[in-house]
Amino acid sequence: MLLQRQLDNRGFQLNRQGKVPFALGSEGHEALQAGAALAFERGKDILAPYYRDLGLCLGVGMTPYEIMLSIFARAADHNGGRQFPNHYSSKKLGILSFSSILAAHIPHAVGAAYAIVYRAEKGRAVLCTCGDGTTSEGEWHESVNFASVHRLPIVFLVENNLWAISTPIEKQMAQPEIWKRAAGYGIPGKRFDGFDPVETYACVKEALERARSGGGPTLLEGVCYRFLAHSTDDNDMTYRTKDEVTENRKSDPVPRFEAQLVEAGVLSEEEASAMKRAVLQETNDATDRAEAMPFPSATDLYENIYEGAWQPWQ
Amino acid sequence: MTTSEKTASSQTMNNVEAVRATLYEALKNDDRVVILGEDVGARGNVFLITKDFIDEFGPTRVIDTPIAEASIVGIAVGMAMEGLRPIAEIQFADFIYPSFNQIVGEAAKTRYRSNGEYTCPLVIRTPYGGGVRGALSHSVSIEALFYHVPGLKIVAPAFPADVKGLLNAAIDDPDPVLFLEHKKTYRLIKGDVPNGHYTIPIGKANVLKEGSQLSVVSYGLYVHWALEAAQSLEAEGVSVEVIDLRSIRPMDRSAILQSVEKTRKLLVIHEDNKFGGIGAEISAMVAEEALFSLDAPIRRLCAPDVPAMGYAETLEHEFMSSPAKMAATMRDLARF
Repeated sequence: MLLQRQLDNRGFQLNRQGKVPFALGSEGHEALQAGAALAFERGKDILAPYYRDLGLCLGVGMTPYEIMLSIFARAADHNGGRQFPNHYSSKKLGILSFSSILAAHIPHAVGAAYAIVYRAEKGRAVLCTCGDGTTSEGEWHESVNFASVHRLPIVFLVENNLWAISTPIEKQMAQPEIWKRAAGYGIPGKRFDGFDPVETYACVKEALERARSGGGPTLLEGVCYRFLAHSTDDNDMTYRTKDEVTENRKSDPVPRFEAQLVEAGVLSEEEASAMKRAVLQETNDATDRAEAMPFPSATDLYENIYEGAWQPWQ
Repeated sequence: MTTSEKTASSQTMNNVEAVRATLYEALKNDDRVVILGEDVGARGNVFLITKDFIDEFGPTRVIDTPIAEASIVGIAVGMAMEGLRPIAEIQFADFIYPSFNQIVGEAAKTRYRSNGEYTCPLVIRTPYGGGVRGALSHSVSIEALFYHVPGLKIVAPAFPADVKGLLNAAIDDPDPVLFLEHKKTYRLIKGDVPNGHYTIPIGKANVLKEGSQLSVVSYGLYVHWALEAAQSLEAEGVSVEVIDLRSIRPMDRSAILQSVEKTRKLLVIHEDNKFGGIGAEISAMVAEEALFSLDAPIRRLCAPDVPAMGYAETLEHEFMSSPAKMAATMRDLARF
């Protein structure tokens, strides 16, 4: 959670310093993503994330260095510097590649879940995430419907942060409790506090275990909040108030969870400070290492269009 | 090839039978192959292409999907990314629009955006084209909407042997292929199809008839009509070379250029609209590469710039070309 926040901040800082053209934050999603990542089984499950899933991808094994390579668009980035930052992809970690087009990845996740069943691979499931706005897309419905018909091993986790760029949830849907749609597909649905990593973990774990053991899909809705603007190119003060953000900041899951751990005696204040220093150091190291790496060469533009050499029409 | 060899090594079938036989072999020979689409299972596809497949291969491999074209392709993309070899069917090409993003934005860019880490070996089959009283929404040609897209391959065979060879190539291909089947040729066109597994390379045109005065480039149903027209002109002493493009992307540019450099005249014929159609790209390419080989302006014989052919016979007839119209244009250009 701390690392996610630090890396998020670093992206925004680098943008404001003029070092990178774009950054995208996930502040407010830390608890939800940390909890979900712990329920994910590395080396077994498949993750179909979206661009707000920095913590989830760190949680399943992506490194700060990989994140920074992506922010700096370097050649060694997992996408070779082609995609925007936060467009995670790693076959090794089971993270499916995705584009910026919302809901386009949901059918891919369902296809991957179908492949798991098709090959009779026991004990595997797909964790497919998206934001609240994405659930308005037709492909979201089509995909949940297909997965439900075939009882596929998949968990649809909606990270409801109440905002789709500038569009509030009440303009996105008439009935704002997304989990209730599960009834329409004949699958279990559940809503939980996405600011609570422990509750998130329990809910996602239960749903993934149901999926892995042949119990079919689940629709989960974790309610959180987007503390930052949509991206470095957005100004959220044009559509929501500072008061609203400040009010939600009072429940910021990062200091809240830290306080809970200290109070429970699991973590001392010294240890918490040491963790923050370590995370800052890790972020600094990753930033320096990634920044020193080369950009893709211009001729990389012509690679990986089709298999083998391809001579584009000039 | 002698007649007896022909009997032993090939079978006569129409285009629909060639698609069916190839899909059957693919299911039989490769466990990774699944077919998904609307009514492909119990009904066996609206043209009966997959009839009884579900009985032999089961509903897990022959999947009757909900009516939802975007996710038919999208789910197939996910299957392909995870190692299956899906063959998605869009019941009619006219219904492909809801899946446009999955084809253009996702399938065609999977390899590129992940820098080669993920690939999308996917075939999307769909019947297209008119002349069957298909009205506005069961007769369109869609190739021009997709041929702009690098990362995608587009195939439109006209003969049963090419259907089999190119469909096998599409299924074997590590990248997404849009496989266009002209529905009027389904039962109209018969031919010898070699037995056993073989492929025809995607991106290779076929010179169907050699000629010296004029090159005609076409694909799909119109290849047959162009051939008929060219043969009828032989009696008048007009010698027409007919090239069946077979693949639209990648396009066999050298076959077109070689032919044009020989005959010095080019006529492109297609059923799709003229404006922004495949003929526009071929014409531009020839103008760039071989302008000084030309003895006449390039001609295009294509559908008029209207939204679609109508249901009424008169409207369909006006939209479609014919062997007679093709012969007239060829004659005209040869005389230039």
